[in-house]
Amino acid sequence: MSHLAKDMTPDVTWRDITPGCNIYEGGTSQVVETGDWRTMKPVIDWDKCKQCLLCAPVCPDMSIPVGKDGKRGDFNYFFCKGCGICANVCPFGAISMVKEDK
Amino acid sequence: MSYSLKENVMKEDRFAAGHRMCAGCGSPIAVRTVLRALEPEDHAVVCSATSCLEVSTFMYPYTAWKDSFIHNAFENAAATISGVETAYRSLKKQGKLDASYKFVAFGGDGGTYDIGFQSLSGAMERGHDMVYVCYDNEAYMNTGIQRSSSTPHFADTTTTPVGKVIPGKPQQKKNLTKIMVAHNIPYVAQTTFIGNFKDITEKAHKAFYTPGAAFLNVMAPCPRGWRYPSEKLMEITKAAVETCVWPLYEVVEGKYTLNYEPKKKLPVEEYLRPQGRFAHMFKPGNEWMIEEVQKEVDRNWEELLKLCNL
Repeated sequence: MSHLAKDMTPDVTWRDITPGCNIYEGGTSQVVETGDWRTMKPVIDWDKCKQCLLCAPVCPDMSIPVGKDGKRGDFNYFFCKGCGICANVCPFGAISMVKEDK
Repeated sequence: MSYSLKENVMKEDRFAAGHRMCAGCGSPIAVRTVLRALEPEDHAVVCSATSCLEVSTFMYPYTAWKDSFIHNAFENAAATISGVETAYRSLKKQGKLDASYKFVAFGGDGGTYDIGFQSLSGAMERGHDMVYVCYDNEAYMNTGIQRSSSTPHFADTTTTPVGKVIPGKPQQKKNLTKIMVAHNIPYVAQTTFIGNFKDITEKAHKAFYTPGAAFLNVMAPCPRGWRYPSEKLMEITKAAVETCVWPLYEVVEGKYTLNYEPKKKLPVEEYLRPQGRFAHMFKPGNEWMIEEVQKEVDRNWEELLKLCNL
């Protein structure tokens, strides 16, 4: 049977899991949505953003993508947990934290 | 090569999202930054001591590590990775392996200052070509904020609860960075997250590309255990550096270099005040605690300046 993370559904029994619970691929956590933990959501005002990129390295959840053009894109809300570090570190007040409405 | 934040953050992360560390945790920031310092063509083998990091990034069948990852136990991350490094050298010698690999172990302060200390000391003394990174959040956060030998003086933890009997942790924090210097390894550095991440990125790069054993001590705040609002992480690390509670320095072949000297050394209250674990120190009658911490910080700072010939 397949040992890929995406095929490891809850009905896979102990007989079918990998020996020693080894994982044969890298970065499989990326199928896990952690964005649903969020209570506050960062929103960017592109008019204020000067692309200084100080927000990019502070994200604990790799949710501020920087493209090949060296510019940041919008937040990855699938992973962003809403900690607010980026909003606090922005020197231009371009990121605001708003209440998440679900 | 001069540092560029843009080039740094344009590199692909080797640490993946979808891990279950708390919102605002410092340790994934440490890990992704350290791993980004690797040259893209180099492979890595990562080992982690039991820690928040380990249990939240490696939950079968989900791994946040894009490189090879091995977890063994709490006390032997350094021994495990030094074994992997030795096997690699042997395979390379036999001509069975061509690619270039780097070896790195991550441990929390519990797995480094306390439980993993003997295996770390051994691996450093044997001089394996590896990097050990301690993400220091100053207590056993994974099991519920118990004190470690890294917990600072007077901090409130669940095993040093503030009350009539004790004023928080009665002992001072152990200076592990200096203990690692005493191993006479080629590279030791102390760092944290500041501004454009130049300091930590350059130190991680040096640690990886200096042949032999290297040790990095990274202050990685824990909003839950230190009891501050998660968005204040970068304010906390800045205050730690500006008050000289956590000086940025490196030791290359035994030679100390101070990497940042505050223009005006701030009083230690600036670092303590935002954190709930030190809240009792600001109650009337407890001023002596702040004075004592200030004295300890001053003493350590003076010692460090002397070691740096400043």
